[in-house]
Amino acid sequence: MIETPASTRKMTLNMGPQHPSTHGVLRVVLELDGETVVGAQPEIGFLHTGIEKQCEALTYPQVIPLTDRVDYLANLSNNLCYVLAVEKLLGVEAPPRAVWTRVLLTELTRINSHLVWLGTHALDMGAMSMFFYCTRDREELLKIFEMFSGQRLMTSYFRIGGLALDHPRGGLEACHKFIKMFPSKIDEYETLLDNNPIWKSRTIGVGTVPVETLLAMGATGPMIRAAGIPWDARKDEPYSGYQNFEFDVPTRTENDVYARYRVRMEEMRQSLRIMKQALEGMPEGPYQADAPKVVLPQREKMKTQMEALIYHFKIVTEGVRVPPGEVYQVIESPRGELGYYIVSDGSSKPFRVHMRTPSFGNIQTLGVMCEGGLIADTVASMGSMDFVLGDTDR
Amino acid sequence: MNFFLISLLKTAIVAGAFMTTLAYLQWIERKVLAHIQLRLGPYRVGFNGLLQPLADVVKLATKEGFVPSHVNTFFYVLAPFLAVLFALISVCVIPFGPSVEIFGVRTDLGLADINIGVLFVLAISSVGVYGIALGGWASNNKYSLLGGLRSSAQMISYELPMAIALAAPLLLLNDLSLRTIVNEQAGFYLGFIPRWSVFQMPFPQIVSFLIFLVSAFAETNRVPFDLPEAENELVGGFHTEYSSLNFAAFFMAEYANMITVTCMATALFLGGWQPLWPSEFGSDFVPVILLLAGAAMLFYHGVFEPIQGRKWDRVSFPAFGAIFAGLALLFLIPVLKPILVPLFWFIAKTGILLFLFIWVRGTLPRFRYDQLMNFTWKFLFPVAIVNLLVTAFAVALQGQKN
Repeated sequence: MIETPASTRKMTLNMGPQHPSTHGVLRVVLELDGETVVGAQPEIGFLHTGIEKQCEALTYPQVIPLTDRVDYLANLSNNLCYVLAVEKLLGVEAPPRAVWTRVLLTELTRINSHLVWLGTHALDMGAMSMFFYCTRDREELLKIFEMFSGQRLMTSYFRIGGLALDHPRGGLEACHKFIKMFPSKIDEYETLLDNNPIWKSRTIGVGTVPVETLLAMGATGPMIRAAGIPWDARKDEPYSGYQNFEFDVPTRTENDVYARYRVRMEEMRQSLRIMKQALEGMPEGPYQADAPKVVLPQREKMKTQMEALIYHFKIVTEGVRVPPGEVYQVIESPRGELGYYIVSDGSSKPFRVHMRTPSFGNIQTLGVMCEGGLIADTVASMGSMDFVLGDTDR
Repeated sequence: MNFFLISLLKTAIVAGAFMTTLAYLQWIERKVLAHIQLRLGPYRVGFNGLLQPLADVVKLATKEGFVPSHVNTFFYVLAPFLAVLFALISVCVIPFGPSVEIFGVRTDLGLADINIGVLFVLAISSVGVYGIALGGWASNNKYSLLGGLRSSAQMISYELPMAIALAAPLLLLNDLSLRTIVNEQAGFYLGFIPRWSVFQMPFPQIVSFLIFLVSAFAETNRVPFDLPEAENELVGGFHTEYSSLNFAAFFMAEYANMITVTCMATALFLGGWQPLWPSEFGSDFVPVILLLAGAAMLFYHGVFEPIQGRKWDRVSFPAFGAIFAGLALLFLIPVLKPILVPLFWFIAKTGILLFLFIWVRGTLPRFRYDQLMNFTWKFLFPVAIVNLLVTAFAVALQGQKN
């Protein structure tokens, strides 16, 4: 300690795992020179759930509730990705009504996730009230989830080959009402934040990362769209019928916290647009695929038809037998590119389930992003990444 | 003998009133903030949470006063008491009303009237930094240290524009005693524009009032300048390691500073207890009308339109309505009128400023450390100096004319 002069001595600050703005249990080891951050090292693993391993012990339908817990703010996106992957392996296709409903609800999930992000991000910057306004509107949205699936948070609404249940009474009307109500709320948030010089000075030019670093570290979603790369799995690798919908992929080129904020605000608007189209074009018909070996039969059929009863017994006791093979399915979750890699050995339980989660890629850029900034910038950068720690540690 | 007795009595009254205000300011803040944020705020303890401050005090007082093993015990214990001491001491020079006659005794409404009152308040508020800086340093915690550093840098920087902003109205008013300053602001231009510093000729001090307000936010560590205790960055800032009454002392110091600063702003810029318009036009009846309106509203909501699910409102609202109406009647008693009306104006102005503090907290995000420094050194400070120069010129020119 004597040999280093006082002026060059660095202070190491352990930000987290218990810290108000690390959104869960992230630990960031900061090297500080006064208030300036010289080095930042994110450390994960405090919320390791072992979900990937646990999947190997459960049958294919039983895994669906686990996928909710991976990213608890975008549960339906995770449901969708897993279900699509298994359907690909099985060669089953969901009927149009199920596909349309899936699009409708995953876009609602995107708004849900972005609302939580906006509230907490603003809270991190000291704008307390935004959090409560966002929670107010998220409440309406959670009510819709509850109508459809009976759950507000851990929905598990999608099933292999379709949906768990048909639309509830008044479900679509509730969506209509939400679509009508919500645009004015987005405007309200923007008036509160965009017209505020403090908010702008806190976000513009903060948390920039070279585009090459972003790509090299595997960042996806709004992070790279704010850097000018229009990559969106919904457009570039359409799944679940997204090719039938008309929407824009908002991009910015500034690559800072403000650009990420703008991209996400615009994405909420685009999600509303997609939801509107999904509602208008909602087809009639069955909500589950006609694949008796995969999809549980209707209750009434099971009680009246011998065959249906046998299938029901088989699926419940043995599970769904999936042909051997492997599959990788990519979707665009609110946080970025979400991928499920599933290996099947022909039994009714997956041999391996791996999740390529967007938070994990995004969080890696934290070190580069925070270097050279102030402590307050670290908080702003972390907020702009929009990570969920459950999504990072599976 | 008489002087000692009266002084003791006044001290007791002011201390009691001030402490109650401190406690209830926190209740008001929580309520106002809650309503900005679509919540209800405290309403379980007592009617509408009116006993919440008491419950908080009891809770904090009965907690263990824990002193961590890694702190510098002497300064750790000393710091909160320095903070609260210097926060409370400035109250004694603030004049709340004119000199009045009670039971045949003539006395000033206010504790002391020292001839350098303004300087005294400035000096004391500068020393107030010690509490926070020492607390941050003695805690031996990195977050506390950063909080203490931020706070001392911030408070010293904002002291400058604040003092210069104060100098401008002093040029107009020609005195340093707060009581004389308020008396100087009596009267009206053209019979209706009050001669408060913010409106006073030859150069209205609106700019310096705004600078003073902004610096006041920084001095009291309030949003958007609450960097020393920025929860989302520094967890608790300088009071991370404090618990029990030590923590309560810091908390109290913050609110006491808020009240002192708003009282100063009222006395220096808003004419203290001088009414908004002359009493010939009925300004004396403003408190009566306001209180009666409040009473009527409470009666109406309590009796005819109670909020569903809150059955106590049926009882508590009319009860408070009755209290309000009783207070309104007090303002009509000729003996009490000359005491209560100036007090009302003083409290009303201070209250509006305090509401502004709370309102801003519910609306604005937080500054960043370097932006905060840039703001004061590159913007507030030059503007304050220019304002002072212009005022000086205006005063000199007017002096020549006379």
